[in-house]
Amino acid sequence: MQEMIQRAKALLESGQVSRVLGWKKGETEFDVEPAFFDTAESLDGLFYNAFCGANLSKYLIEAGKKEGKTLVFLKPCDSYSYNQLLREHRVEREKAYIIGIGCKGKLTVNKIPFDGILSVQGADYPDYSENLTVETLYGTKHISYKEAMLERCHVCKGKEHVVYDELLGESQDTVDAERFAQVTALEAMAPEERFAFFQAELSKCIRCNACRNVCPACSCRKCVFDSTAFDSAQKANTTSFEEKMFHVIRAFHVAGRCTDCGECSRVCPQGIPLHLFNRKFIKDINTIYGDYQAGADLESKAPLTSFRTDDAEPGVGRG
Amino acid sequence: MPVNENWKPTIVAFCCNWCSYAGADLAGSSRLSYPADVKIIKVPCSCRVNPMFILRAFEKGADGVILCGCHPGDCHYSTGNYYARRRMTLLFSMLDYLGVESGRTRVEWVSAAEGVKFSETMNSFVEKVHGLGPCVRLGDLRCKK
Repeated sequence: MQEMIQRAKALLESGQVSRVLGWKKGETEFDVEPAFFDTAESLDGLFYNAFCGANLSKYLIEAGKKEGKTLVFLKPCDSYSYNQLLREHRVEREKAYIIGIGCKGKLTVNKIPFDGILSVQGADYPDYSENLTVETLYGTKHISYKEAMLERCHVCKGKEHVVYDELLGESQDTVDAERFAQVTALEAMAPEERFAFFQAELSKCIRCNACRNVCPACSCRKCVFDSTAFDSAQKANTTSFEEKMFHVIRAFHVAGRCTDCGECSRVCPQGIPLHLFNRKFIKDINTIYGDYQAGADLESKAPLTSFRTDDAEPGVGRG
Repeated sequence: MPVNENWKPTIVAFCCNWCSYAGADLAGSSRLSYPADVKIIKVPCSCRVNPMFILRAFEKGADGVILCGCHPGDCHYSTGNYYARRRMTLLFSMLDYLGVESGRTRVEWVSAAEGVKFSETMNSFVEKVHGLGPCVRLGDLRCKK
């Protein structure tokens, strides 16, 4: 973390960058939020630990409209999102100075199943411990690092940055699950069971729009869910079209562009596994049209804006 | 689900202007019959059909939605139906994944000369949807009972 602060200070003082985009500590070390830093003094507040899961790439769309360059710290998976924004011409490469930082798997406090959490020790970067020590109102408890890890880190895309100006810090492989295992399990269920599963999950939705607001792929200037032509202003109106179809529409809008960064599931206050929608599309695209990873490069053709004359027919292989 | 014999499904058919709509026209002028439950919506090209159109049709009470376009390779705009094909493949797979009965959606390529195919397609599709009964799942997706 000190290395990051020093490097950011040097770049800011030399005038190479005009501001720094990183994270700052909230009330506790497990309550971390994205933050801009404009001065060298304020950079002392820059914070990076295992709870810095937030993907900073989306902030660069707005930051790119300001004067000068923005120094940004991107984790390996965030760099995919940035690359995807680059190929969609939502950001300009010369407006960002990217320091690719190491990642050893990110944690979420939601996966720590204790009440009254006061502090979490062992989540420092780069020296985290295999077991976290959690101080709670009811005494000290322990949980393994892996258990508190975000779902997306268990199926990590890899620890290589796809775009950067310089690299800082080490990464560690965290993969211990199969990426499409959950989707495959759902596909194997009977349609009635699948419907019951999705109905139960989606009924939890409070339409807070957090998934849309955090998603780097959901960055259209005009969003269908902000349209006054529909009833989307009435967030809790379960009879309206957007209410029922919200997640299906959103998943389709990012199909072929979603890098599977997992931010939607991370921010959902209701704990809905929203990545299951996006990952279904990714799995289908991979199986039907060939392996494709959004954001991995700037050249390859996106699956939904290209075609082959011998593509599969819709619905082939269904009952 | 027990189906009321008198129940009639509402079917929305998106037909492209150049092939399928003309195919429907030919079916009519050839005096071939197809169920009156089919409501045709003419679109300039099958790729004009945004996946939201399909969802919107279900929202507005459709029990089945079928998209008809020119045969692959014969698109009036050269390649439109290839894009439509990919989109619909993914959308139908997603609806299937959500547990919506898979027989409610279909894509069929019908040329302007295929009046017979149009009528046969509509007959079989209506029959299939009739067997499935009213579409309630998509509307209930977020209303746990």
